[in-house]
Amino acid sequence: MTIALSGKDVAGRIEKSLPGAVVESGTGYIIVKGDSLPAVARLLKETPELDFDYLNYITAVDYFDFFEVIYQLTSLAHNHSLVVKARCPDRRSPSLPSVVSIWQGADFQERELYDLMGISFEGHPNMKRIFLWEGFDGHPLRKDYLK
Amino acid sequence: MDRLTSSIPALSLPADWPGGFWWHWVVFTTIIFTFVVVMAMAAIYIERRALGRMQSRLGPNRTGPFGVLQPVADAIKVLLKEDIIPTGADKAVHWLAPLVAFIPVLLIFAVVPFGDGAVLADLNIGILYVVAVSAVSTVGIFMAGWSSGNKYSLLGAMRNIAAVVSYEMPLVLAVASVVIVAGSLSLHRIVLAQDFPFILVQPLGFLVFFIAACAEINRSPFDLFEADSELVAGFHTEYSGMKFAMFYLVEYTEAVAVSAIITTIFLGGWRGPFLPGWLWFLAKVVAVFFAMVWVRTTLPRVRIDQLMALAWKFLLPLAVINLLVTAIQVLAWPEALPGIVIIINIAIAAALVPLWSKLFFKPGRGRIEV
Amino acid sequence: MTTRSEVMTLKTEPFAVNFGPVHPSTHGVFRMRAVLDGEVVLDIEPVFGYLHRGVEKLAEERTFTGFIPLTDRLDYISSMSNGLAYVLAAEKLAGIKVPERAEYIRVIMAELQRIANHCIAVGAFLNDCGAFFTPFLYLFREREKIIDLFEMVSGQRLTYNYMRIGGVSQDLPEEFLPALRKFVDQMARFIEEYDFFLKQNEVLLARARGVGILSQETAINCGISGPVLRASGAAWDLRKADPYSIYNRFDFDIPVGATGDSYDRYRVRVEEIRQSLRIIRQAMEQIPGGPVMADVPRPLHPPTGEAYAHIESPKGELGFYLVSDGSIAPYRCHVRPTSLINLTALREMVRGWKVADMIIIFGSIDITMGEVDR
Repeated sequence: MTIALSGKDVAGRIEKSLPGAVVESGTGYIIVKGDSLPAVARLLKETPELDFDYLNYITAVDYFDFFEVIYQLTSLAHNHSLVVKARCPDRRSPSLPSVVSIWQGADFQERELYDLMGISFEGHPNMKRIFLWEGFDGHPLRKDYLK
Repeated sequence: MDRLTSSIPALSLPADWPGGFWWHWVVFTTIIFTFVVVMAMAAIYIERRALGRMQSRLGPNRTGPFGVLQPVADAIKVLLKEDIIPTGADKAVHWLAPLVAFIPVLLIFAVVPFGDGAVLADLNIGILYVVAVSAVSTVGIFMAGWSSGNKYSLLGAMRNIAAVVSYEMPLVLAVASVVIVAGSLSLHRIVLAQDFPFILVQPLGFLVFFIAACAEINRSPFDLFEADSELVAGFHTEYSGMKFAMFYLVEYTEAVAVSAIITTIFLGGWRGPFLPGWLWFLAKVVAVFFAMVWVRTTLPRVRIDQLMALAWKFLLPLAVINLLVTAIQVLAWPEALPGIVIIINIAIAAALVPLWSKLFFKPGRGRIEV
Repeated sequence: MTTRSEVMTLKTEPFAVNFGPVHPSTHGVFRMRAVLDGEVVLDIEPVFGYLHRGVEKLAEERTFTGFIPLTDRLDYISSMSNGLAYVLAAEKLAGIKVPERAEYIRVIMAELQRIANHCIAVGAFLNDCGAFFTPFLYLFREREKIIDLFEMVSGQRLTYNYMRIGGVSQDLPEEFLPALRKFVDQMARFIEEYDFFLKQNEVLLARARGVGILSQETAINCGISGPVLRASGAAWDLRKADPYSIYNRFDFDIPVGATGDSYDRYRVRVEEIRQSLRIIRQAMEQIPGGPVMADVPRPLHPPTGEAYAHIESPKGELGFYLVSDGSIAPYRCHVRPTSLINLTALREMVRGWKVADMIIIFGSIDITMGEVDR
């Protein structure tokens, strides 16, 4: 059974090396600051006890005040998982640093979020729309699209 | 070995043919044309029906009883299609290419004996003529690829030529072994020399010839030039209507021609007990063609570099070894009983083929550093 | 491996060629822009979006139950699995417990769907190798039997709309279990025969052995799942690692490949068919009576919250992430696209091989565009 790690424990670990990165933590998830995302990700991947080498998915939800981007990580060796969330309060042009250099699987998924939600990821080698054509106006998955 | 060839009569063309030379020519030309057209249609039908049955489905069974009129329906459909010529095409070459591809295939049948003495022209260079003429068809394919004005057609045509030229070598060497045993290039004499069919005396030669011939005529498992996964349909992309029908016909007529040649030089041609000669000939041609269809249904396709490797590294050495062994047998042991020779040759083939394929087959090569 | 400088003595220019979107192989509307140097593939750029229907946006306008038919059309080759993943997520969100009989029925359907999917995957792979439809049609003959079974329970042949939040939509008819028993025996015999013919086929080995190797580190880093990941050597199967439904009651093995080439991916799928037959046999023995649907309020108002449930679908890890705000429609529904993530490594797998190999490597990953584009 894949164990969902306690958010508080992981937050405590991260605080030791990256103070102030974790904003909130709960059962099975932590919320981090957008800018510290690559550092936290690298820490989660490279710490031997955590060893989060597998990125399950990246998705985003449009709560009207902010965008919340959700990463689920799993460690194949230890068989435990964690959810990492990051929030973007900026509605006009939200952006987050990309984690492609840490987990290559983020490649297409970050492009999809840019395409459908408008969240751009800095540091992504190919930040283009993936499903819709270049020149499409707007980001359809946003709650205020065509309303 | 002499005992194999002891029963060849002195002269080939029967002297009592009524009407003389020109009447003989007219009759046989008609027979050959009819044979080619009917056999090509029968080949198309056999292929589609056998392919269907082997794939656990029915195949065409509605047009005519058991679907025998399916090729006729296909022919009518293709004749009624519009003939499209691309504007960038070289018009004269584009028009000529199907003809240049098709006519040499018809010419092959001129020397194939349908029965005892029933041959249009018993040339005493029979098999050499066949090999030479069948190579002209390749020029037609190149003309088709060039004149289309499409760079993918040209690429497809050039790869086709590379393959054909590579496979000529083992083909000719296998034929040379048969010629050594029979003592003559004339196809009529080769048939008469087969008291034991040469497939038993030359099993390795038969294998090499069959594979090389399948590759020459682009049949599976070597049909990568018309495969779906290739860029476009190869050299005949820009053809439609009757010209496309000609290329389609070329493929099946070449298959029938190759079956006829294999029958003649390996299976004993028209020879056989009880039934008339032409019936045996027909049955053997259909059997060889059916074997080709069987191979097509069963095996996946090889890649282009594996195709070339197969010709140069697998078939060519085997053909050379076969030639060497045959030559030694003919020269050093002419008084041998046919049975002993057959057993020795089959043993050599059975030993050599698995050994060679183990040496030759190395999986996983082919990736180029980019 | 030969380097280009040894092979290329002529000066040639690379040129860009478009493969698709109407693909010659049977994989849907997928476009690859390839840069070729003669036959050798230097680089490819996959282009998606030809089948994008906005399923995630449509979810926000449907009720939770009303979205189930749309899930069938995601990975249309294995519809039952999509439905299962979605209803598991909705049940996790709403806290609904499913009756025993429904769980067993779900497992039987999911495993039958795995066999049906692998029939197409293996058949299409061999078709790409050039075996001209013969293995494809033989496997389709078996898939037809599975589809007849599905038609018995749901009335549909391709998009079943059978899973419901809280159970399944209808109980099994009486003729189902005897027909299933007969099918399982036939399939077990057939897969032995099929494997015997193809396992040592020289041409298949020459085309697929060592071709398109995906290393285990790259596979894990790219988030690849399913038979592709297992063929690369990682023994990660959600049915064992994170058992959902009642998979922890069954006894089965997980086939793991050694090298991660296309041949290993093919062999893993054939072995999975055998293991699925094992699971179905056990489920048939153990299936109890009882209701097939829990008592679920209609319309369903799950409490506010979020849930993610994933299953081991035939292609990999298929998951649904649902966010509810208390209304009858999901606030956000995200599909974890197995096939899209599996394609992340395509570029690395294909570079340096020839055009014909590119088609085979792409076919061995086994994707469905419905799931990629949603």
